[in-house]
Amino acid sequence: MILLRLALRSLIARRLTVGLTIFAVALSVALFLGVEKVRTGAKASFGDTISDTDLIVGARSGSVQLLLYSVFRIGNATNNVTWESYQDIAARPEVDWIVPISLGDSHRQFRVMGTTAEYFERYKYRSGRALGFAEGRAFDDLFDAVIGADVAAALGYAVDDPLVVAHGLASFTNHENQPFRVAGILAKTGTPVDRTVIVSLEAIEAIHVDWQGGARIPGQATSPDEIRQMDLTPSAVTAAMIGVKSRLQIFELQRSINQYPEEPLLAVLPGVALQELWGIVGIAETALIAVSGMVVATALLGMAAMIFSGLNERRREMAILRAVGARPLTIVGLLMLEAVLMALIAVLLGIALLYTGLWALRPYVDAAFGLYLPIDTLSSREGLVAIGVILAAAVTSLFPAVRAYRLSLSDGMIVRS
Amino acid sequence: MIDTDTPFALALDQVEFHWAGRDAFGLRVSGFRIGRGERVLLLGESGSGKSTLLSLICGINAPARGSIRVDGTEMVSMPAAARDRFRAEKIGIVFQQFNLLPYASPVDNILLPLCFAPDRRARAGDGRTAALALTDALGLARHTMASPTADRLSVGQQQRVAVARALIGAPSLIIADEPTSALDAGSQANFLDLLFAQCSAAGSTLLMVSHDERLAPRFDRSVRMEDIATLTREAAA
Ligand SMILES: Nc1ncnc2c1ncn2[C@@H]1O[C@H](COP(=O)(O)OP(=O)(O)OP(=O)(O)O)[C@@H](O)[C@H]1O
Ligand SMILES: [Mg+2]
Repeated sequence: MILLRLALRSLIARRLTVGLTIFAVALSVALFLGVEKVRTGAKASFGDTISDTDLIVGARSGSVQLLLYSVFRIGNATNNVTWESYQDIAARPEVDWIVPISLGDSHRQFRVMGTTAEYFERYKYRSGRALGFAEGRAFDDLFDAVIGADVAAALGYAVDDPLVVAHGLASFTNHENQPFRVAGILAKTGTPVDRTVIVSLEAIEAIHVDWQGGARIPGQATSPDEIRQMDLTPSAVTAAMIGVKSRLQIFELQRSINQYPEEPLLAVLPGVALQELWGIVGIAETALIAVSGMVVATALLGMAAMIFSGLNERRREMAILRAVGARPLTIVGLLMLEAVLMALIAVLLGIALLYTGLWALRPYVDAAFGLYLPIDTLSSREGLVAIGVILAAAVTSLFPAVRAYRLSLSDGMIVRS
Repeated sequence: MIDTDTPFALALDQVEFHWAGRDAFGLRVSGFRIGRGERVLLLGESGSGKSTLLSLICGINAPARGSIRVDGTEMVSMPAAARDRFRAEKIGIVFQQFNLLPYASPVDNILLPLCFAPDRRARAGDGRTAALALTDALGLARHTMASPTADRLSVGQQQRVAVARALIGAPSLIIADEPTSALDAGSQANFLDLLFAQCSAAGSTLLMVSHDERLAPRFDRSVRMEDIATLTREAAA
């Protein structure tokens, strides 16, 4: 169709302004879709982080906070659960299994978690998947450590390599006298486990033998052999994961833990806490969508402004079209076609930018945030966004098109230029 | 409505028009006729309403009252869309200057009216061939026609392309609004020769506007604006 060719030619003739406009819309579309991808990716990966655990127990705080530090290793516990309380809970008849978690130490930028070997069987992610070992196996010695896939990759560790654990997070004083050994490396999970160094509960105690109140006791250096002889029963743990024998008992157990008389404790259902987390994140999510939607709207307005500003120079062109028999509506159509073509090119370019961006940034996002962004085809929702942008462009272009309509009626065939 | 017996390619009766706005320029034509195949020159001062009259004849603007018949068909009573289509089918237009879409190729420019006029398209046969036949006859070299955009052509070349656009598919009436005023004297004569030859070949009637009286002898007839039209400059009704 010659009119389509003319519209394209006209766009090409103004390639600089048209190109910049298209680029602006494309960037806005890429941003919008990118936010969508990150949002859904984050939601999916958060939701996949823990499964098959019925309750998480910790010192009383917020349920979201407990979920964040115990499962996501975000933030810190304000208080611990004493070993006596832990034992009391473990002894309850409803409890099928219980796995303690002890946090607070770090190795380089990675957190160290003390637990029992049962953790490797009980921790499940992505609807029931169990942890697997890429190399080596679970710890069986006091100074054995199992490391997550990202830890191994980032620090270049192999099985049997030594490692030194620092007390507290981002601490510069290392527990140099307790050399740990890498016993196993876990397969990649896409969860915070990838960025965790896992040791036994006793090991956590062992690291702290010569320490008191966060400082090293001067002149004291107990050798590993001496430590092995000591009683390393912990005095407290940070949190615990619990599985119940029957799902019907979850709420009863939760209530009794929450009312535990000796110590203020909190038990949460991971799913419920996640839901609560969404509630909080939802606001940010909405804000993010609103802002990126705004960016798209701004870009489209910019396009309308560009068409507007071109109208005066193009009055002659419109008079020619009228003279050869074009109806004023044809001119409206031509201007809208132009806008739709620009939007179409912009959307395609935006999608291309999005995938290039995803492809280029994925390793970085994965390493920095543990967020694995899937590169899959556009979801139907994203397809709707693309179509929406094109429709919005058509609607926005109505304003300059109507102005062109008026001009072409009042100009007649006489254009003084 | 088409009266095939009428000898007139164009007939205006009691036409009244004024531009929108206060103190707007207005125009009244009580009667003006052009016979089929005639070549008529319309002379008038600048600002005397020549272009305005042509807009009315082309149906781009509609008069407040009166009758305008092209090839026997009454245009005034037509709905606007039908009038646009009628113009595409029946009338070829050449402006003084800036006739072409600068970004389109010369051939696309020539083919433009055929988009809006199916009958004319059918008459033209293969559009490209017809366009090139016309431009050959108008003395435009093929390599000129091969230019990707029309704005690379000289003014004289552009005017000839505009003539080819007006003539493609042989519309019955050719309207030319000072097509030669941007050309030098030599090119003017040459341009008129070509225009006349092609109008005869297509059997089209020619109405050309100019303020240059020296062109008059070359036409069948010349008409002065003041003889056919009274100008009004009153407030719009
Ligand atoms: N689109 C328009 N809207 C309002 N007034 C117009 C319009 N076009 C022309 N006029 C007015 O109509 C009058 C006649 O203009 P027109 O262009 O018809 O004269 P002309 O005889 O063609 O002049 P020229 O020889 O300079 O081309 C002028 O006063 C002009 O201001
Ligand atoms: Mg004029």
